[in-house]
This record gives sequence, C-alpha cells and structure tokens, in this order.
Amino acid sequence: MKRLTRDQMAARVARDIPEGVYVNLGIGLPTKVADYLPKEREIFLQSENGLLGMGPAPAPGNEDWDLINAGKQPVTLLPGGCYFHHADSFAMMRGGHIDICILGAFQVSVHGDLANWHTADANAIPAVGGAMDLAIGAKRTIVMMELLTRQGESRLVKSCAYPLTGLACVSRVYTDLAVFDIGPNGASVAEMVEGLTLDDLQNITGLPLSLSCNVA
Amino acid sequence: MIDKRVRSTVEAVSDIVDGAKIMVGGFGTAGMPDELIDALIERGVSDLTIISNNAGNGETGLAALIKAGRVRKIICSFPRQTDSHHFDTRYRAGEIELELVPQGNLAARIQAAGAGLGAIFSPTGFGTLLAQGKETREIDGINYVLEYPLHADFALIKAHRGDRWGNLIYNKTARNFGPVMAMAAKTTIAQISEFVPLGALDPESVVTPGIFVQRVVEIAPASDRAAAARSVTLE
Repeated sequence: MKRLTRDQMAARVARDIPEGVYVNLGIGLPTKVADYLPKEREIFLQSENGLLGMGPAPAPGNEDWDLINAGKQPVTLLPGGCYFHHADSFAMMRGGHIDICILGAFQVSVHGDLANWHTADANAIPAVGGAMDLAIGAKRTIVMMELLTRQGESRLVKSCAYPLTGLACVSRVYTDLAVFDIGPNGASVAEMVEGLTLDDLQNITGLPLSLSCNVA
Repeated sequence: MIDKRVRSTVEAVSDIVDGAKIMVGGFGTAGMPDELIDALIERGVSDLTIISNNAGNGETGLAALIKAGRVRKIICSFPRQTDSHHFDTRYRAGEIELELVPQGNLAARIQAAGAGLGAIFSPTGFGTLLAQGKETREIDGINYVLEYPLHADFALIKAHRGDRWGNLIYNKTARNFGPVMAMAAKTTIAQISEFVPLGALDPESVVTPGIFVQRVVEIAPASDRAAAARSVTLE
C-alpha cells in the first residue's frame, strides 16, 4: 500500500478541477493545488481577501505586500484579474458564485459535517477567518486531509468531536489513502490507493463503507 | 470650498476619546493605517473597542495599539496568527475581551450598518458555537442566523489616492475592509498615499464615494519617504 504524499494529493485534486470554474483554495494543504492545475485549463482562483484571477507567487525580490493571498503570502494577479472589497468577496461565497471550495479539516463526518476551525483546547486562542463562510457558501465544498491522525485515528468519523465549521456541507473528501463521496446515505469510497481493499479501509476508519457509484 | 484634508495624523484623530468604538481597516498588514494608529497611541486614549479582521501583526499598527494597552475589546475574525504575540499575551492575561465573528459575517454586519439595515439573516455559522444563543430562521429551506449590524464611532482606513471631496481608490488587496468600514462609521478618516486634485480620479473607477469619508490625510508610503529623506540629505 502506497499512501499519497501531500504533493500527490494536491495533484490528484487538481486533476478533477474542470476548465472555467471559480475556485477558492483554503490555506495550508489546499493552497498547493494551485501548483498542479493543468496549464491548458483556464481556472479562476478567488482569494477571500479580495481578488479573482490569482496568479503564482512572485519572483523573489518582486513581492508586493499590498498583493497577498488569504494566508497573507505575496501573490500575483493574472491579466484579466481584479480586486474587490471584503463584502463582495464573501457575497461571492454565500451567493453561490464560487463553484468549488477546497478546505483542510480536523474531522469530516459521514454526513458531510466539517470541523476545521477550533480544537476546543482550553489554551488555544480561537480564530475562524473565512472558514464558516467558505464551508457553506460554495456550490461544492471539498476537503483534503490525511485520513489518519498521528495517533492513527480516522479523521473521517461518524460524528465530529471537534466544534463544527458547517453542517452537511462537504461533498467529497480526498485523502492520502482514498477518495470519499458524501451523499444522503453517508460516505462511500470512490477511489483507493493500490493495495488497499474496502475491508482495510473499513478497519482503519471503523466505518461501514460501500463503493461509490462514482468509482472510475 | 470643501476640503476634507487635514494637515496631520494628530489633527485627524484629535476628537477620538476614551471608550470609542473604532473600525480599523486591513487584512494582516495590507491596508493597515499604521500612521493613524501611531497618532492614536500618541493621543493617549484608552478603553477602546476595535473592529478589525485580525488582532495585529508584528509590531506596527493595531499590534502597537494592543501592546500599548489601549484596547479593551476586539471584534475580529482571525486573531491568532504567527505574529500576533501582543494580542496573545494580553488575551491570555485576561486583559482584552474577544468577540469572534466569521469573516464574511464581519464584512456583512459592517456593510449592514453602513446601509442602514436593522439586521441580516446569514447562513454562515448556523449550528456552530459562533451562533449559540442567536435567533435563527428557516427561509426557503435554508437555515439562517440573525446577525446585527456593527456600527462604529470612527473608521481608520488606508487608501491609495484621494481628493479633497474624500473620493478614494485603493491599492490591490489593501482595499479589503476599507469600503464597507467607510460606510459604517460616524466619522471615517482615510490615510492616503497620494492626494490628487478634483477630477483626477476616473469617476467610473472611484471605489469609495466621498460621501462616506470625512477626513483625508496624506501619508507618502515608507519607500517614498525614505527616497525623499535621501534626496534631502543629498541636497
């Protein structure tokens, strides 16, 4: 069994993003997806802080600190790109104009509940940013995460133990071991890495799983 | 003749008093009105309530105001960052109150205040900790949370160019909360990098109409100031 690296996960997600869609990439692992989008496809990247048509990082020395992404890293603007204020940016999400939003997660439930903003640790300072708006606003909310925690516990769960970001909002979960579809009947398996069986996957997640009708 | 220009940042903030509710523009350091906040620190007011996306970055702007102990409460979406140490310290010491608001709700509540709306129903946050105790309603099969507008006494924002009527344009993603905060505060003070004559801004491209701005103060960007200082030295 060969689990996917983080770069391979990003490449796997990128393969499924079609031409012409408006996409928001969350901070952390989802940001990597931008590096793997096929050059021949025109895909609009939106950043919550107010730009559409986001380009790659600038060459060293060309950073403009007034031109940053949601993670506050310097980026560039593609020809045709534009700027807008925060209320418009979040109207793009809540208003259903963003086709796909890709987020990281602490946990996702088989019903599509998402937990990705707060560990509920008493010492942690809570911060939410745009996570709750993104989770429920996009037409399709996709999660990418490693399936297991460092302690070996499944992050795909029957019901989230961490505080929720959004209810029943996730439709697909890409992990290093498998891709899951979330539907009205719970989670099903769309894809597994070589050498992994449905039984293995049920054992490590502790969840009853079936094969998705989307299996390639 | 109407001229909303003031000569200095100190003059611009001279009527801000203890206990004021102040919106501060910026997403991280982009659009953060550092020089206006420096003037506010110098003025010595305290017990402030701040509405901003973050809770300060590094040592400048809002971070410096928090470090100086002038902020009683902050309403923001994303306080915890790698460089928010001044907020972190005060928060852990129980010296600053935090109201956490999802970022889109923050923008929408500020915009609602500026637009004169009594409240909004937002789908964001429904069923989460941040909607606990709030009124909800199902409309056309979707669940919404009742959110009230966020007003302020003052908005301190940073724009790129402005004229004497207060019309503003911004620089790239430094626009962020500027336009909605300008609408929502009783008094909006904009620091601008460049003052231009009336008519110089393309009316099709004005982002914040001057009706939302009460004062502008020109602060050349740091790189320009450094260049100006060098040229002075040369002379």
